[in-house]
Amino acid sequence: MRITEHPILTFEQKAKLQFVFDGNKVYGYEGDTIASALHAMGVKKLSHSIHLKRPRGFYCAIGNCASCNMIVDEKPNVRTCVTLLKEGMVVKTQLNKGELYD
Amino acid sequence: MINKDLVIIGGGPAGLSAAKLAAESGLSSLIVERDFKLGGQLVKQTHMFFGSEKQYAKTRGIDIAKILVDDVLKYPEMVEVMTDTTVVGLYEDKVITLLHNDEYIKVQSKAIIIATGASEKVLAFPNNDLPGIYGAGAVQTLMNVNGVLPGNDVVMVGSGNIGLIVSYQLIQAGVNVKCVIEASSSIGGYKVHASKLKRLGVDILTSHSVKRANGTEALESIVISKLDNNWDYIEGTEKTIEVDSLCISVGLSPLSSLLSMIGVDMKYVSSLGGLVPYIDSHHETSVKDVYVAGDVCGVEEASSAIVEGYLTGLIVASSLGFKHENYDELYRDFKAQLENLRSGPFGEKTREGLQEIARDHDVK
Repeated sequence: MRITEHPILTFEQKAKLQFVFDGNKVYGYEGDTIASALHAMGVKKLSHSIHLKRPRGFYCAIGNCASCNMIVDEKPNVRTCVTLLKEGMVVKTQLNKGELYD
Repeated sequence: MINKDLVIIGGGPAGLSAAKLAAESGLSSLIVERDFKLGGQLVKQTHMFFGSEKQYAKTRGIDIAKILVDDVLKYPEMVEVMTDTTVVGLYEDKVITLLHNDEYIKVQSKAIIIATGASEKVLAFPNNDLPGIYGAGAVQTLMNVNGVLPGNDVVMVGSGNIGLIVSYQLIQAGVNVKCVIEASSSIGGYKVHASKLKRLGVDILTSHSVKRANGTEALESIVISKLDNNWDYIEGTEKTIEVDSLCISVGLSPLSSLLSMIGVDMKYVSSLGGLVPYIDSHHETSVKDVYVAGDVCGVEEASSAIVEGYLTGLIVASSLGFKHENYDELYRDFKAQLENLRSGPFGEKTREGLQEIARDHDVK
């Protein structure tokens, strides 16, 4: 759900960016964070608690609370609320603490 | 190892203002910011500020952010900016380790200003971790920066200024704000903000809190309850409200973890939001040449963070041998502005809190 009309702000239609979310081709817009692009698609569950695997969404949007951590281009624990979306990114939901990568 | 005179951690109102005054005094600095842009939390604040002209009153937060960022960009030779950069280590010898694009960088600095700001508190109730439950400021970012709505129906918890302002901005963005609930028996924020909401038909329920949230994959409903004078739930007053979003606006906590890393003397002061450093009138902590400015040394308005930044930048530059030509005049002006911002009944808690962390008897 994107804002189209606003009394103070203007949101111009920006360039579409295609990315992959859990195996599906989806898209956001230039200027989106990964979290905002997913949210606009209606995806609120971004992460899971480590032990009980409870669903988690973003809470702080300032890169502090870690509840939006996802796997981005094979790299785990990426704070998706402060990471800009880029064309071709591969974004996956994370279920564990993250594994070492090259 | 990279050598710097001054490293400023945090590119929000306090950090930017500190860099400006340092540059005006002739001191170069490096601003380190973990977000991909400068401006801190001003970048989402579409409302106009109060205060006096010197702190950009009657200007929208988003425009103040532009002014502060432009002020710093005027000194490209003096102020270096690293965004997308997280401080991962801070050491007593003023070595700072940074992570930037998977690269580990070591910086040796002569002085450090920590201006990390604050983060939103959470509230304890069953299922408070469901997706759809956000900090109110986080929703403000989602709406006003990214242009994305949190959901269709929202309840706001907390009637301080952030809760009231964000509720109004949710309505501006087209979201249905079902009500604002407040645990205290009176509204916390300014009357002018509360009145705007009431005029739009939004109820502000005092002596109410969230008892639990319901949902499986995301928030579906909340149960609110009336509170007695001891803030305990009153049995039989529960009411279920269907919402897909819940905003929590119950205050902010200083982001002081970097200060803990280098053993700065700290104290828990609830009126300042949590764990804060002891500071002297020059904003220097118990660790020499480590200074603080903005919400990290006590949660206040952005206006105060801006002035604290100016003051601290001025002082740090002078301590490193770069005394501003109008030092005395500016110093007195910034101190007077801060005193003015903290005057009146809304500044009382801040004034008391600052006394508790004074390393001398003339703090801030």
